[in-house]
Amino acid sequence: MSLLEVKNLHAEVAGGGRKILKGVNLSIEKGEIHAIMGKNGSGKSTLCQVLAGREVYVVTEGQVLFNGKDLLAMAPEERAREGLFLGFQYPVEIPGVSTSYFLKAAVNEIRKHKGEPELDAMQFLKLVQSKMDLLSMDKSFMNRAINEGFSGGEKKRNEVFQMAVVNPVLGLLDETDSGLDIDALKTVSHGVNAIHQSDKSKAILLVTHYQRLLDYIVPDFVHVMIDGRIVKSGKKELALELESRGYDWVEDEVAGAV
Amino acid sequence: MSNAEATVTEGGAWINGLQERGREVWARRGFPSMKDEAWRDTNVSVLEKTPFVPAGVAPAKAAAELHARYTFGNAAGAEIVLVNGRFDAALSALSKLPAGVKVMTLARALAEENGLVERHLGAYAKIERHAFAARNTSHLARNLEAGVLVHVGKRKTCAKPLHILFLTVPSGEAEVTEPRVLVVAEENSESTIVETFAGNDGALYHTNAVTEIVGARSSRIDHCKLQQEGRGAYHTALMNVELAEQASFISHSLSVGSAVTRNDLEVLFNGERAEATLNGLVLANGEQHIDNHTLLHHEKGQCPSHELYKHVLNDKAVAVFMGKIFVQKDAQKTDSKQTSKALLLTDTAFMNSQPALEIYADDVKCTHGSTVGPVDANAVFYLVSRGLSLEQATHLMTYAFAADITRRIRVAPVRARMEDFMTAQHGLPQDLRITEEAAHDVALL
Repeated sequence: MSLLEVKNLHAEVAGGGRKILKGVNLSIEKGEIHAIMGKNGSGKSTLCQVLAGREVYVVTEGQVLFNGKDLLAMAPEERAREGLFLGFQYPVEIPGVSTSYFLKAAVNEIRKHKGEPELDAMQFLKLVQSKMDLLSMDKSFMNRAINEGFSGGEKKRNEVFQMAVVNPVLGLLDETDSGLDIDALKTVSHGVNAIHQSDKSKAILLVTHYQRLLDYIVPDFVHVMIDGRIVKSGKKELALELESRGYDWVEDEVAGAV
Repeated sequence: MSNAEATVTEGGAWINGLQERGREVWARRGFPSMKDEAWRDTNVSVLEKTPFVPAGVAPAKAAAELHARYTFGNAAGAEIVLVNGRFDAALSALSKLPAGVKVMTLARALAEENGLVERHLGAYAKIERHAFAARNTSHLARNLEAGVLVHVGKRKTCAKPLHILFLTVPSGEAEVTEPRVLVVAEENSESTIVETFAGNDGALYHTNAVTEIVGARSSRIDHCKLQQEGRGAYHTALMNVELAEQASFISHSLSVGSAVTRNDLEVLFNGERAEATLNGLVLANGEQHIDNHTLLHHEKGQCPSHELYKHVLNDKAVAVFMGKIFVQKDAQKTDSKQTSKALLLTDTAFMNSQPALEIYADDVKCTHGSTVGPVDANAVFYLVSRGLSLEQATHLMTYAFAADITRRIRVAPVRARMEDFMTAQHGLPQDLRITEEAAHDVALL
């Protein structure tokens, strides 16, 4: 059984809006790293949002199984508690609420769901300490408001840090590399790799524009998304080819095949 | 009643003249009605229809209980407590005032600081435009025990807040108190002043307050008003602030109590490079009605002013925000920014936000913006996608919306008071707050 099985997924903007996903098929096994590449507007981010349960999109056709369960029937918080994590392209700033409180609440909701005892403040602080080291976070960070006043790079690093803390089985990282300078990219990639290697069953789905990220996080599979469909899949060499040749040849290839 | 009005007979007989002026304006204006432009969104006909009497003496036990809930204790530099319009010496704590800082009732001030009070009292309150303030003034002589003078001498600073605590224990009869505050901040002084208005829930009562604040050259005043009146109360209040050159004034107006509140807050820039920040927070539910009218009157040039009012409205609560910025011809280089935001938690809550800019100078920067809407769905999704429930996420975002104001409050006990109130209201634990203590815990790792 695959960890994630996306079958013929169609989705549009709620209220009869634009059709964005037009039959996505994707299968991710435990332990794998996948990358989805594609131009702006091809539907990469929408796929992540639909998988995480964003209500502004409605699924009109298709099925998604997560660990064999019907993912689309679950509320967004249930998906998170079942081990799905979405790293946002634009993480939200929430003034007045400490990161420490928010993360503790998230961790404990997930633990409750699994029937595990909740962590108290000290146990939680111990848990986050090692993850903070992993992503070179300053300790003051936990008492700062969520993402408030963070640079774009800090927000992305925070997303990966949160992923490390909540410990999902599948991490969707939506353009986590955008807005990062080379040092931040290395830190974030190091974090993602460490999370992935900490447990052989964890899988990662990266959404990116740039091959550059894949120098640091090496994918098992690369997929090309065009107009709401995954039209081509390959190994990591496909990313290099896209980098040097662009997307037009893939479009031509798809058009030729019809 | 006007013929039988109390007068001052010795030491401060000048008060009678001021009171007479108030009486004259009140006789001419009377109660505002919804036909008055400035009152068309707030109905105070109950105040006219109900025969209010001056509040009687509160039972000592009830007063002490109320005091215990609202005192700042050691966090205050001084605390003056007035219960049902009477100074309560036993509950007040005035012994630790720093040198050069005075806090006393107006009754005492007339004996000890007569010249100072005569110079300032009534000099700033615009009673011609504010009928309730005229009414307050018309009863001055009988309310001297409900009045407070704060005087901060030249170059004096008071690090801890001076807390003026007006408490009401309603008897069940319709009673009115008319608090009066005069703050005189001399040149280069620095002070923090908090006015709390609090009372027991249940009965109808009326608090009709007037506060006058004058900031001399280069003075700095940090002012907070905590309106935590009982839920049966009508609260009407005028605050007039006048700033001399380079004076700085920060105001946080926090309204959570009362049935109906009308705050008028006016700042007159009477010297160049004076600066004012007016922030406000309204947290209302049930059928509460909270109306904030503010006026930033730029008379002189190069004065920045910033204004941010936020409203969280639940159930059938109504809030009004009327923000006026008036820039006179000579007030060049004025830089004024006004923002009003409202979060509506139900379809039946209502926000009425109206900015008004009147500008007669040609080289100014004035902006205003207003938003009204539900909880940010994108932010809620961010939280639930991490495993929080929808309900938890909504409470957190509501808290965060309000915390955007409280985090700006530099007066620790006021900030704590508000954030305690907010966490309790949303069933949230206190450890979500961003505090020095939490920072300390993390540092210990």
